[in-house]
Amino acid sequence: MNAAHTRGPRWLRLYAAAVFAFLYFPILVLAVYSFNGEGVGGFPPHNLTCRWYAMLLDDSAIWSSVGNSLLVAFFAVVLALAFGIPAALALDRTSFPGKALFRRLVLLPLILPGIITGLSLLMLFVAFRMNLSLVTIALGHGTALISVATTEVFAGLQKLDRAQEEASLDLGANYWQTFWRVTVPNLKLPIIGAVLLIFTLSIDEIAVSFFLIGRNNTLPLEIWSRLRRGITPEINAISTLIFLFSLTMILVWYRLGTRGEREPRLAEELVPGAVQEG
Amino acid sequence: MHSALPKSAVALGEQPVTRPAPLLSVRAIRKRFGQTIVLRDISLEIAEGEFLTILGESGSGKTTLLRLVAGFEQADSGEIWMGGERLDILPPYARRVNTVFQQYALFPHLSVFDNVAYGLRVQKIEKAEVASRVEQALAMVKMTAFVHSKPANISGGQQQRVALARALVNRPRLLLLDEPLSALDANLRRQMQIELKSLQRQVGIAFVFVTHDQHEAMAMSDRIALLRGGELEQVATPRELYFRPATAYVAQFVGQSNLLRCSVHNGIARCQSLQWSCDLPDGNHTLSLRPENVRLAEPGTAPDNVRFHAAVRDQAFQGATDLLQVECAGGPTLLVRVPAKGPLYGELEFEFSVRDAVPAPDSEES
Repeated sequence: MNAAHTRGPRWLRLYAAAVFAFLYFPILVLAVYSFNGEGVGGFPPHNLTCRWYAMLLDDSAIWSSVGNSLLVAFFAVVLALAFGIPAALALDRTSFPGKALFRRLVLLPLILPGIITGLSLLMLFVAFRMNLSLVTIALGHGTALISVATTEVFAGLQKLDRAQEEASLDLGANYWQTFWRVTVPNLKLPIIGAVLLIFTLSIDEIAVSFFLIGRNNTLPLEIWSRLRRGITPEINAISTLIFLFSLTMILVWYRLGTRGEREPRLAEELVPGAVQEG
Repeated sequence: MHSALPKSAVALGEQPVTRPAPLLSVRAIRKRFGQTIVLRDISLEIAEGEFLTILGESGSGKTTLLRLVAGFEQADSGEIWMGGERLDILPPYARRVNTVFQQYALFPHLSVFDNVAYGLRVQKIEKAEVASRVEQALAMVKMTAFVHSKPANISGGQQQRVALARALVNRPRLLLLDEPLSALDANLRRQMQIELKSLQRQVGIAFVFVTHDQHEAMAMSDRIALLRGGELEQVATPRELYFRPATAYVAQFVGQSNLLRCSVHNGIARCQSLQWSCDLPDGNHTLSLRPENVRLAEPGTAPDNVRFHAAVRDQAFQGATDLLQVECAGGPTLLVRVPAKGPLYGELEFEFSVRDAVPAPDSEES
């Protein structure tokens, strides 16, 4: 390669590195201070310690909020898949008036600010005289994230070779057997992808949860309520852990994506930020 | 070549066919997609153990016809019967018909064994029997060594064999094959044609084979149904189709042919500068003359042969033969196939037998 060729890319590479640093430097600071012996104050950090992590380990309020968050995320995943997969099938397999509109509308909760989704769900639950609790948060997350399940599975269905389903019918399997033996196994990657994404988004979600919270806090709300009393290194520690968890999920999801050679998904096309938020 | 043989020789080499009750009977099938009529009043019968090829250009409706028999499409009108039972009202999974798909449509998440076992397992056949029948089927297509492979890890030709085994293991009464060889390279293709034909004889199941390749159709079929624009142009044995094309379209689609548009008056046929005596009624006729039925004139051949002088315009070497394009002064220009004996130049004398110019009427353009 000659110099004229590399100059552009080298400059670009530097620029890309700068953007990357801009994104991740604050998180790095957060992570470093979670080991700072002097608490949140003082620069540079010194007396490095794992004390805050030990403290975190003993903090039962944090751990019960982690439990709540996991519970909420689990039911949000179940709910979103239960509604999202049939919606994707309907989009792929049937034609009905207003289908194109429906395809866009399904994405609405992703585009809508969480504050509006949260507020509207709150008003709905109040109108139905439901007590706010983890159930309402799970319902809220589940509804808001149906779109993720729908778009992931829809993309998978579009790539599915329909001749395979015909082959299954041809070999004597009825429609139900064909769905379970051929369609679902072929959608394994998009479904796992949707599960990871919904799970991560639900764990990190704060706006919708804020409106629907009852007596039990989810993890982000627990952190947020503590912030009002000032930042403690313990919060840095839990935040670092959340960051690592999210990073792992993204990497797993990415690995699945490259294995399945995923096409650009609807969610990504319309809401460029939707994926990074996790 | 065949030119010296009388017409009756066409039927030689084929056993006289006494047809039993047909296995499959397609009755006046019509099908349209939106505004496009894909099939118009197709009626066709297939005998037990027969190898029938549906031949046609792309868009002729051949794949649609196959999909109607398999149950993936519904006809607008008409009926399909199999062995005394109405077939077209059954869902695909209730038909004793199996299909080999164009791109094979193997299940990528299942091993070769599980692919072949699929049909037997959904029928809840006993485990031991599944294993033995799958092994048998894989042995038949010489794929026993690949039982544990995934479809993505075997070659196109091997996938083809697995698809065959997967269909035949269910012991269908009829096997449908949708251009199964089109994805293979030329050599493998020829080899598979031979294997497929001998496999069909071995299992004795009726095959309906769809292709756009006339050579393939000629090499493999007991009968060929030639589809054109959703209508059957001719249904006949390969030899009948070749030597007695029902229409000018058939003559040109199956093999190469010179179409002589001539006018007959008082038993004399005229085609531009050529003329000869014939027993056709007065009027305009289109005759099909195969290039191999025209040859360089030799002294002492039959006196009623049509002899003419023509200039060699082009010579294409094709191995055993040369294909010439020759132009008579005052027309017509003809394709002539002669044994390859080196370059030919200038004006030469050619001849053909009147009996080899067969009537092949132009069908109405649709």
